[in-house]
Parts: sequence; C-alpha cells; structure tokens
Amino acid sequence: MNELLLLLLATAFVNNFVLAQFLGLCPFVGTSGRFDTATSMGLATAFVLTFAALLSYAVYHSVLLPLDLAYLRIIAFIVIIAATVQATEMLLRSISPILHTAMGLYLPLITSNCAVLALALLAVDAQLSLLQTVVYALGASLGFSIVLALFAAARERTEQADAPAAFAGVPLALVTAGIMSLAFMGFKGMGT
Amino acid sequence: MIIGIATSVGVLALLALTAGGLLAWLNHRWPRNTSAEIDAVDALLPQTQCAQCGYPGCRPYAQALVNDAAPITLCPPGGEALVQQLSEHLGRSADEALADAPARIALIDEARCIGCLLCIQACPVDAIVGARGYMHTVLVDECTGCELCLPPCPVDCIDLLAAAVSSKP
Repeated sequence: MNELLLLLLATAFVNNFVLAQFLGLCPFVGTSGRFDTATSMGLATAFVLTFAALLSYAVYHSVLLPLDLAYLRIIAFIVIIAATVQATEMLLRSISPILHTAMGLYLPLITSNCAVLALALLAVDAQLSLLQTVVYALGASLGFSIVLALFAAARERTEQADAPAAFAGVPLALVTAGIMSLAFMGFKGMGT
Repeated sequence: MIIGIATSVGVLALLALTAGGLLAWLNHRWPRNTSAEIDAVDALLPQTQCAQCGYPGCRPYAQALVNDAAPITLCPPGGEALVQQLSEHLGRSADEALADAPARIALIDEARCIGCLLCIQACPVDAIVGARGYMHTVLVDECTGCELCLPPCPVDCIDLLAAAVSSKP
C-alpha cells in the first residue's frame, strides 16, 4: 500500500511527465491559454492516459507476450490509443457538445500526445503489475492535469503583465515553463 | 519465419478490426447530441427570424448548419462577422464568399409615412423609431436589411437601398 502511494506521488511530482521527463509538451503549450480549456483538456487526457494504459497492459500481457510478439508493442499501442481517443471524443460529443467544440482540434490530437504512448511503453518495460500500472497511470494523469492547470493559471496572469515586447506572449510562456520545470526539480530526491 | 510473419500480421489485423468494431458500436451507442449543438449555433445567429436564408427562421437554419445541409454564408443580418464565428464554431471554411447580394438597409420616405407604428412592431432589431402620428425613421447602424418592415406598411413608403458604406465594425 505504502509502495503504491509512493509510486503515485513519485509519478505525479518527482518524475512528472511534463516537467521532469519532457513528454507531452505540445498540449502543455498549446492548450494552456485559458484556465477552463486547460482543466478540461487535463481531464480528457487523464481519462485517455488511464484507459489506454490499462488496455495496453491487457493486450500486451494477454496477446503479445504469449505469442512472442513483444516487438509489435509500439504499433499495437498506437492503435489502442487512437481508438481510445476516438471513443473519448464520441462520449464527449454525446454528453457535452459545447465542451467538445471548445476543445476542438486538441481532442483528436491527444492521439499524438507522446505522454500517452510513453506511459504505456514505460509501464510494460518496467514490468509493472496491473495494480501498479493503474497507479502509475493515475499518477501520470494527476501530474499532467495539475501541471497543465498551474501553467494555464500562470499564463493567464502573465498575459496581463506589462512585459517587454520581445518577451510578450509565447516567449514569456516558455520562460514560465522553464521556471516551473526548475521548481519541480526540487522534488528530486524525495522518495523515488 | 512464415508463421511468425503470419501471426504478427494476423494479430495486428485482429486488433485493428476489434478496435474498429468497438468504435462503430460506441458511435451507435453514443449518438451525437444534436439538440445541444443546434442550441449553441442558434445562440450565434442574430434571431431576426427574417427568413432571408431560405429557412423559416433562425433555429431551422441552425439545424441545417449542424447537419451540414446549408452553407454558412446565408445570413445577411449576421454579415461577415457571423460567417467568421460560424466558421470557427463549426470548423468549416469561411472562404465561400458571402451571398452576392450587397448589404441593404431600409429607408422610409418621410413624406409618405403616416406614422402608423406597424413597421416598428415588425422590426426584429428595433431599428425603426417613431411615435403614433409622427413620421418614422430607420437607424442605419441597426438595420439589417431583413425586409420584414415592407409587407406591413400600408402606404408602401419603405424602400431598400444598398448600404453606402457599412458602418458596422
């Protein structure tokens, strides 16, 4: 139990996917312009991350390993992730069309979010058990959502700031991301 | 060797087929929530109910837009700004030019106006001002050229003119 909690916190903060492992940077920069879009994007990505990791685990251990096809895992995981994203989009379109239009193009782009594929690959490479995979995926989702929400909140404020023309907009956002990454380095050495 | 290739191809094909079948079923299970989508599009339209788009009102036009049955350029009161909004909202190209009819506004021939108030009641955007017994006039900035004031006028004193220069942003 303690180990699982440690894994959760370590994945969410110490080895944060975005700020420590630099995965999934495109949605991190692309959808963090507004706080509410960022939070819904974080939730959608968390949903996809968890489900895709679970399905990947199932397919890897029940189909690929017994047939000695582990080398197919990248292609197989991509198919699984694409299907999960498509299903998420259908669900969202049915439940909340307004959120669906608000997230627009970024929703299908979760498919190409490298954090999703990395999570599935890292989980099978580290030979985690099913329970550990779930916790690992939840930790990654938590870390991604929190960081995205924090970054969006910071960006909404720097947007209003009286920055020098050369820094206004994207440069300031990237500097902010760098400082956040430095701050997350502070978690290094906790647990792991 | 051959067996290895066959199993790998077979497993991938099976995986893709399963995923495709599952998605088809989910698509059936979670249909598009069109009424909420129509509400969202309807909220963008100007609600003049002028029927210049060829549909009986704004909501039927919104319905046609959501079903991809109508171009996004049919609404003269909404003008260029609405085309932009609809193009962003529906993810459709705004390249199609606005229907070729130029923007028009109503003009009341003040000599003939008898001050009957009928056109004021008909105007969906409150662009006509006046009082009973006094001549009426059209607010150029507000008029959308929807022609709804023409039929009620008992003395036919309203004409539609090409708007000189659009004063709208």
